[in-house]
Amino acid sequence: MMRNLVPILTVVATLFVLWYGAAIALNAPWARDQAARAGQELGFGALVVQTWTQDKPKLPAPHQVAAEIWKTTGKMVLAGRGFSKRSLFYHSWITFSATALGFLLGTALGVALAIGIVYNRTMDMSVMPWVIASQTIPILAIAPMIIVVLNAVGISGLLPKAMISMYLSFFPVVVGMVKGLRSPGAMQLDQMRTWNASASQTFWRLRLPSSMPYLFTSLKVGMAASLVGAIVGELPTGAVAGLGARLLAGSYYGQTIQIWSALIMAATLAAALVGIIGLIQRVTLKRMGMA
Amino acid sequence: MTKDTVISATDLSLTFQTNDGPVHALKDVSLNVEQGDFVSFIGPSGCGKTTFLRVMADLEHPTAGQITVNGVSPEDARKARAYGYVFQAAGLYPWRTIGGNIRLPLEIMGYAKSDQDARVKAVLELVELSGFEKKFPWQLSGGMQQRASIARALAFDADLLLMDEPFGALDEIVRDHLNEQLLDLWKRTQKTICFVTHSIPEAVYLSTKIVVMSPRPGRIADIIDSPLPRDRPLDIRDTPEFLEIAHRVREGLRAGHGDDA
Repeated sequence: MMRNLVPILTVVATLFVLWYGAAIALNAPWARDQAARAGQELGFGALVVQTWTQDKPKLPAPHQVAAEIWKTTGKMVLAGRGFSKRSLFYHSWITFSATALGFLLGTALGVALAIGIVYNRTMDMSVMPWVIASQTIPILAIAPMIIVVLNAVGISGLLPKAMISMYLSFFPVVVGMVKGLRSPGAMQLDQMRTWNASASQTFWRLRLPSSMPYLFTSLKVGMAASLVGAIVGELPTGAVAGLGARLLAGSYYGQTIQIWSALIMAATLAAALVGIIGLIQRVTLKRMGMA
Repeated sequence: MTKDTVISATDLSLTFQTNDGPVHALKDVSLNVEQGDFVSFIGPSGCGKTTFLRVMADLEHPTAGQITVNGVSPEDARKARAYGYVFQAAGLYPWRTIGGNIRLPLEIMGYAKSDQDARVKAVLELVELSGFEKKFPWQLSGGMQQRASIARALAFDADLLLMDEPFGALDEIVRDHLNEQLLDLWKRTQKTICFVTHSIPEAVYLSTKIVVMSPRPGRIADIIDSPLPRDRPLDIRDTPEFLEIAHRVREGLRAGHGDDA
């Protein structure tokens, strides 16, 4: 335990030192400017305190972000308003629901396309270039169109955001699953042939189980992409709710502390979601004798 | 060809088209295998012994000549699940137990659940792996894994067993033991076995018929009907009869290899 803890804490401590140092450097011009206008002399000690306590700093100090996060999470829970519209839990939940739905849709689409590519020669020759092309288009350009088009046919709310999530997350699943479904060797496929196994028997008993290590790796990438998609999807909707909305609102009003707290919340959410998949991966592959 | 002929090949040829021109894997091969025979195919790499076995199993298609398995085409024989095939590697699924692996072909062929259980138990006993049903492949040694793969090929009702260098990757001591077990199994089950090998002692010890093959093009150099009795203790390998057959196999291999040995 100690052997792991020491290096991790060292890295974290270094990051904090750099962060506080950068906060001084970036916020100092504004502090000096203010002091000059008020006709005051600013000593180094006072400058440091000033740069770490501004309302709208260029770079907020860690403790400012931590205080903001606490104010919008734990403190609100203690006050019994844990799910109010000002709470980060509320916004995280909004983003999470779009992420989760988009991830499920993206995984389903990705697996379906991969099966098509592996079993159908026409799809094998034609689909992959389109799949790759789809990912070269900037999602920021597509997202507003998806929102507008779906809104025009009466679909709004969760689904348009989930679609954008899906758009980003199906790609790693297609690529990984095509490789995974093709991972059984010639010998294993010959063996199925000697038993005169049908295509579906070969799929369920050999190809699908063989693809599991590839699937889980893809799911981790896909989950992170889903979260990005959900956040991007929240931007053009007018910043009503969600972590993306908090980021946009924060940037409208120069609320850097709010932006950073939303960012850290998003990172925490991503880490938790990818961690859950990693856990399922470990348990599953261990049980399958493939870890 | 009699009614007991399991495999009958006449002027069988198979040519692979490669970038370096055609490769004659098999050229005018004719052979009959009778019910209950233990036939070994021996020869250097590229002599077509594995290709011949794969043609019997309908995994390759001959470009000329005729072959029947159980009196029908290899494709029909395969569809009728007429043979069990043992590959060089055990090829057990790591996510299935030993029992689950043996059950796999039975599930695919649609055997009833109770029948599956009985068969798994019976073949595990046959290869002396009783008690390992619930173990996973990684918990077994290489030799035990290969025995499990033989059990898997024996689990369904196929009278023909095709074995492609099943013991090639195992060490000498394990191999001796498995050879003994295989002979015992062959006697008890009355199966017809076609066995591809690199090893002269293995071929002579196991077989009732030894097919010596030579490369470029792959063809049969010699067919030796073994005079050894069906009961063969391991020390039969020190008898003059055994050494005489081994000598003839070696001569056959050398003749076929004359130009580039």
